[in-house]
Amino acid sequence: MKRLFICFVLLMMIVVVGCNNQKDDAEPAPEESQKTLTIVWAEWDPANYLQELSKDFTTETGIAVDVVQIPWPTFQDKVFNTFVAKGDIYDIVIGDSQWLGRNSVGGHYIDMTEWINENIDVASIYAPAMTAFAEYPKGSKKYWALPAEVDAAGYVFRKDLFEDPKEMEAFQKKYGYALAPPTTYSELRDIAEFFTRPDDELYGIATWYSKEYDGITMGFQQVMWSYGASYGDPDTYKVDGHINSEDAVKALDYYKDLLKFAPPDAPNYYWSETLDAYNAGKVAMAMNYFAFFPGVLDPEKNPTSHDKSGFFVAPKGPKGHYISIGGQGMSISEYSKNKDIAKQYLKWFMQKPVQEKWAKLGGFTPLKEVLESDTFKNATPYNEAFAASFPYLRDFWAVPQYAELLAECQTNWSEAITGIKTSKEALDTIAQKHEEIFTEAMKDSTDTE
Amino acid sequence: MQTNRFSRGMSDYQLKMAFIMPTMILLILMNIFPLLWSLYLSFHDYEASMQKPPVFIGAKNYVDVLTDPDIWGYFRTTAYFVVVAVSAQFLIGFGLALLLNRSFPSKGLVTTLLLLPMMLSPVVVGIFWRFILASDNSGLLNYLLSPILNLPVINTIFAPPIEWTTDPKIAMLAVVIVDTWMWSPFMMLISLAGLSAVPKSLYEAADVDRASTWFKFRWITLPLVSPLLLIALLFRTMDAFKMFDIVYVLTREGGPGRVTETVSMNLYRIAFRNYDTGKACAMAYILLIIIVALSNIYVKYLNRVKGEE
Repeated sequence: MKRLFICFVLLMMIVVVGCNNQKDDAEPAPEESQKTLTIVWAEWDPANYLQELSKDFTTETGIAVDVVQIPWPTFQDKVFNTFVAKGDIYDIVIGDSQWLGRNSVGGHYIDMTEWINENIDVASIYAPAMTAFAEYPKGSKKYWALPAEVDAAGYVFRKDLFEDPKEMEAFQKKYGYALAPPTTYSELRDIAEFFTRPDDELYGIATWYSKEYDGITMGFQQVMWSYGASYGDPDTYKVDGHINSEDAVKALDYYKDLLKFAPPDAPNYYWSETLDAYNAGKVAMAMNYFAFFPGVLDPEKNPTSHDKSGFFVAPKGPKGHYISIGGQGMSISEYSKNKDIAKQYLKWFMQKPVQEKWAKLGGFTPLKEVLESDTFKNATPYNEAFAASFPYLRDFWAVPQYAELLAECQTNWSEAITGIKTSKEALDTIAQKHEEIFTEAMKDSTDTE
Repeated sequence: MQTNRFSRGMSDYQLKMAFIMPTMILLILMNIFPLLWSLYLSFHDYEASMQKPPVFIGAKNYVDVLTDPDIWGYFRTTAYFVVVAVSAQFLIGFGLALLLNRSFPSKGLVTTLLLLPMMLSPVVVGIFWRFILASDNSGLLNYLLSPILNLPVINTIFAPPIEWTTDPKIAMLAVVIVDTWMWSPFMMLISLAGLSAVPKSLYEAADVDRASTWFKFRWITLPLVSPLLLIALLFRTMDAFKMFDIVYVLTREGGPGRVTETVSMNLYRIAFRNYDTGKACAMAYILLIIIVALSNIYVKYLNRVKGEE
């Protein structure tokens, strides 16, 4: 038995030595690794812009920056699983606004309130962006992030169709007003109906109806708000009577009706599908986050209308004007071994010249002065519409239970638009489920106290 | 000499342990410990993403899962999928095996080509079937079916285009079609192995007695192949019960609504979206018990069939 034990110890030693040798080969020296800041973000153009921008930080400080990009469908899972494992592979996380509640309460983001108040001019940042991407609980002035990429849902339209004299005349004749980018949901419906010609393989609109992640929720919520309904009272977490109000039913009926003017696969559409549908020339108008619009202007991706595209702000409804916020904030991981460098990077990132370059590269700046400048508005064909969308931005719940709340919205709204449930039934179910989730959450927090 | 002394010094038992222990340790670390740990968590209120210790709540997670009508709905969806998909795979797979169980030119090539679908990743399969089942003009299946769908008689029943993945009435059929395309070759492979093992002499003896084709199939082929068929059915049932990948990719996380949301899809949502780890563990155990129970039914039947031999 003693010999067996010696054999086992020897075997373990070989394994350990082998592992150590492998580590020596694969990893740089400890000093080198300390000088690399790792930022994790979703795989999309803004992450490439950030990698490019960060070269200036490296030049100034000698600290390398690696922007790790994770494909959208697995972005949340991968980041959250790293947090659960308390992994230190990411120093800065550029995460969705909805993540704030869960990751601040869960202890995965560091509390940056004091540091931000001392080092960042909060007044220079667009206030709704600070609220959406940095503050939790809302209105508490407790900060867990700084806005990185501030995005909004907007629309792209085919100028060649909208400015065709024959189309303009026909539209005027049918609807009694001039064909132009819509400013209300009623006009949006008329235009979508007008351009729906299945025999010509042309449809009026492509917007978000997918059950994938937060697809239909981000598409429908801005209609719901603009029709006068809301998710609930953020102070009391009372939901019944808000999300299933008469206004909400009208809004959902409207959104379902709009589906008639969308391509056949539209219930599966989220940002990539709407972009593809527009670029393939299937639709006259398409909704998407502004950050995806570079794909519309790329002649390789959009040979049909890359030079014939215009952009407009999401329309207003009968009782208000609200737009779904997109984009993400920069938080520092609790498990990072480079927290000081991460703070140094955030401070550098929020400087005006850096933000100007960020905007020039294609990023959407949260800095008011840069955002409101003519340089920014004229930088791309869609920046003006983006800047005009800013005052109307609103967000989904950012509480720790957001995923459960979101799942109920996704499932029930998907059931409503495909006729499984009526609008009223779907909204009543959401109201009931949301009330249950909040009641349970409040009970849990009381038990903890 | 050292080696000889060393091996002489070890008893048979020690030698046996030396060979078994590495595997045992690996099994305990990778399988047994997670199994026991998840059983422990299933009796606790625990969220992996929150830095709070597990709180014992008895069987509440199990009660919550078993009394949730939505979860029963996901079980019904899964059961429907398992019955329809596995039956289709069995019939197609066994039928193909019967066709292939004879000599013809390029038999090897045809068999290999037929086996290709099961060698692909389910995610890849889901993505390319997205394009095949697209209901706009890019959808290959609708294009191929268009001559039939445009016939006046058919047109009144199915107005083209067929919205394979977005029509609640047929979305599950789309998932079944994709899974059947992918896994019928597995049934075919096992059936073919069984058919090849049937002694030719039995058929020759039956021919001498002028037995009909049906008689030979019913009393020679089927009894001798059935143990292997049952094993194939067992594997496919267990696998179909865990259906996740194709649903995740093809119907966008179980849509429309919850029409194609299987138990595993919902389990993923509870575990990795909501991070309700305790409840997810309880649900996983319920799923495990159902699969073990189903497997036992098959195994008992398999033993009966073997006993009859």
